[in-house]
Amino acid sequence: MYQTTYHRASSVDEAASLFGKSSEAKFLAGGQTLLPVMKQRLAGPSDVIDVAKIKELIGVEASGDTLTIKAATPHYDVATSDAAKKAIPALAYLASQIGDPAVRYRGTIGGSIANNDPAADYPAALLALGATVKTNKRSIAAEDFFKGLFTTALEDGEIITAVSFPVPTKAGYAKMRHPASRFALTAVFVAQTKAGEIRVAATGASQSGVMRVGAIESALKANWSPSAIDSVSIPASGLLADIHGTAEYRANLVKVMAQRAVTAAG
Amino acid sequence: MSTVKLTVNGRAVSVDVEDRTLLVHLLRDHLNLTGTHVGCDTSQCGACVVHMDGRAVKSCTMLAGQADGANVTTIEGIAKGDELHPMQAAFRDNHGLQCGYCTPGMIMSAIDIVQRHGGELDESTVRQELEGNICRCTGYHNIVKAVLDAAGRMKVSQAAE
Repeated sequence: MYQTTYHRASSVDEAASLFGKSSEAKFLAGGQTLLPVMKQRLAGPSDVIDVAKIKELIGVEASGDTLTIKAATPHYDVATSDAAKKAIPALAYLASQIGDPAVRYRGTIGGSIANNDPAADYPAALLALGATVKTNKRSIAAEDFFKGLFTTALEDGEIITAVSFPVPTKAGYAKMRHPASRFALTAVFVAQTKAGEIRVAATGASQSGVMRVGAIESALKANWSPSAIDSVSIPASGLLADIHGTAEYRANLVKVMAQRAVTAAG
Repeated sequence: MSTVKLTVNGRAVSVDVEDRTLLVHLLRDHLNLTGTHVGCDTSQCGACVVHMDGRAVKSCTMLAGQADGANVTTIEGIAKGDELHPMQAAFRDNHGLQCGYCTPGMIMSAIDIVQRHGGELDESTVRQELEGNICRCTGYHNIVKAVLDAAGRMKVSQAAE
């Protein structure tokens, strides 16, 4: 790891101000991606600003039809949160499938979506549930937040403070886990919103990161059942291909995971 | 350089380290607690697992500074004098180790699993929850046996306290 200077911020304002005073700073939450990347010397921030202990950034709250997860809440706390399990069980389940237990104790929702790994879990939930990302400057709809591979709408120094999820009528998540990294080889989140909209998002599939799957949304709108997806055709073009799976394999996985997610949602 | 203050195995320590120092290196190189191992150094194998404020974490994927103010327990801190922790005793009795490299991390993760599940464990849960710890010798069979055995022992010892 290159030399760096570690700071621990005690408030969002302090974190923002530390960022402004540094030449090339990075915010550090759970560090489960940033630290491995720094260890490989693929990143060498002059300063790391630890936001994981900022009290206003930790917690899960349900209020009316909204579930709010504050940005530095670790996956374990989401997976075991009574509020999350009651409001959006599929989201608590998703959190329980990230990485391994030690990673879930440290990794955070804010870190996951700020990194926007094309195979990360949370982006699929945000997109399918129509979540809103709250930052220290503004609110950003999930559609506008994810901008492609490892890219988001966040500006330099902007800090995610929370994610608000509208509570759906039903939702489900199914993931083909990579057996070593536990990232999604492909995973699909399906949701029926209270307004009656069907939203489906896939992660680990597209070369441009998390994506809506319109063809499956239409099929499910006509008939909410796993078999409705049988006849859907997902084109392989633009999908990820690597030693773990071809684009065609992932195209099929999008269907199969969507079917399992619908079954899980009930 | 920064001064990191934390409690390790019940002892308050203060260590001057470079900011880029990982928690595992603070433990091994500065405190000579070499029971915590570095296996893959990429957050996958779990040989470096320690408890921080009661949670099993990978100490190769944390800066020492992130542990400032924390209460850390390593494999050296779980026995009571000459009396092995029930998890250590169960690993010995069930031949839960061969080369022993992964064992400290396995034991720290396994204690966390038992604590989280309150001793109500089955084989499938143990196998799933040990997914962040890799062993290249045992084929896991005796490790799983040891964890289940220890879950029973830890329940008994908790009840006795």
